[in-house]
Amino acid sequence: MQIPLILQFVNLLASLLLLVVFAMLAQRRILSLINLFAWQGGILALSTFVVAYSTAQHHLYYSAGLTLILKVLLLPWLLHRLIRKLNVRWDVETLINIPTTMLVGIGLVIFSFNLAAPISQLSEGITRGLIGIALASVLLSLLMMLTRRKAVSQVVAFLSLENSLFFAATSATQGMPLVVEFGIALDVLVATFIFGIFFFQIRETFESLDITNMEKLKDD
Amino acid sequence: MRNPEQIFAILFQLTQLLLVVLAAPLLTGWVNQCQAWLQNRSGAGVLQPYRVLHKLFHKDALIADNASWLFRITPYIVFGCMWLAAAIIPIIAVDLPFSRAADVIALVGVFALARMFIALAAMDIGTSFGSMGARREMLVSFLAEPALLMVLFTSSLISHSTQLTHIVETFAHYKFILYPSLAFASVAFVMILLAENARIPVDNPSTHLELTMIHEAMILEYSARHLALIEWAASLKLFAYISIGIALFLPHGIIGVGNWAGLPLAVGLLLGKLMLAGAGLALLEAMMAKMRIFRAPEFLGTAFLLAVLGLLIHFLLGA
Repeated sequence: MQIPLILQFVNLLASLLLLVVFAMLAQRRILSLINLFAWQGGILALSTFVVAYSTAQHHLYYSAGLTLILKVLLLPWLLHRLIRKLNVRWDVETLINIPTTMLVGIGLVIFSFNLAAPISQLSEGITRGLIGIALASVLLSLLMMLTRRKAVSQVVAFLSLENSLFFAATSATQGMPLVVEFGIALDVLVATFIFGIFFFQIRETFESLDITNMEKLKDD
Repeated sequence: MRNPEQIFAILFQLTQLLLVVLAAPLLTGWVNQCQAWLQNRSGAGVLQPYRVLHKLFHKDALIADNASWLFRITPYIVFGCMWLAAAIIPIIAVDLPFSRAADVIALVGVFALARMFIALAAMDIGTSFGSMGARREMLVSFLAEPALLMVLFTSSLISHSTQLTHIVETFAHYKFILYPSLAFASVAFVMILLAENARIPVDNPSTHLELTMIHEAMILEYSARHLALIEWAASLKLFAYISIGIALFLPHGIIGVGNWAGLPLAVGLLLGKLMLAGAGLALLEAMMAKMRIFRAPEFLGTAFLLAVLGLLIHFLLGA
């Protein structure tokens, strides 16, 4: 079974995406987490571009450009500015320790690969494995949202989740209509702004970004 | 020895053995020199390891009174194991006579044998540093070994063989194919290389600080020719690991036995790759800080998981 080189390249990018998600899962520092998020955006933009080239769908070029501007440049810059203002550069408190998280992550990968196997049997040959990888990335991002205690890293996890979904959309089903993509991009941007405002509110109320403090709200 | 091909094969094997044992200190010297440049020092020059070996071989060996035969014999065993490992790996040519004797699993076993002896010898003297170093070494290596095996299994699955010769032939001579699983395996392999060769995030080869040293703590009691052999073996180990990395991930340019015309090119390419790898290693070490010892299991656990992910990706994508 010999698949064309360009699809091998998409497969490679998919694997790199999974690698970056795992690196984010293992990362203790918020600063590096944001840098990894930027890398993820870069891989996503590149894979979208490659898919656009190989399937000759012009709207995917715009989508790749949008990803590049939004997820590699704008959002990381916003997040960097946020953590500089909030002064939370160092610590990422995790609920479960990192090796355990990684083990759970491996379990999730096996689960999603198995789950996606019958689905990818249905799809036409070229993008068979990609659904599994995209699903694994989605689940790993969810896991990261669950195991992180600080609001900023949860937001990065949310954005990574969105990236994974976007990857599934572009590579497995060859893209959504441009209007939908544009809408999602705008949503994510607005969401990040709102999260930013939220961070300040959370910190003003609890004097910390640790969301376990929010449990105090129940007593009031 | 009637058959000229057999003679060629043995000549190639001898060439590789000599090349490796003579060039290994040079590689260590090159890595140290690159590190010196990165730290804005002028450095001792790439030939410094040879000078150190020369000095050590001309000193009188001091051995503790309570040392047993194990302590005396260990340097020779360790050196022999590393040299044997370097003979098995296809460094300049595939299909060498030695390479048929052992596959990658046996290769990991050879490394394990050397490690076991050096740890036993460290505990043999009965000093606290020796046994502490031996325990730490075992902590690091029992985690690194399964990860290394996983990396090797990934490439074995792709090439359908555990013989390094076949793996190299599959990767080097077939059509150009991108293997996503090898991306994971290579990252895991670099992490294992750092841990197994006592490089910076796990151990520091140039430290003698009690609390942090692992490899150096084990060999504190050795002197003169014994120390020289162990240092040389450490250089050989680094050389062997980098050669495994080259064989798995960058095998282009490794020639077949009997190809005399290709030999200069193969050696040149090898030197280029080794120089790149050495510089990369120095750069990697310059960028990272030494970890606490209890972070090492996490570091190696990550390496293991990446290797397992590589395997999973291979099963999913078939590449």
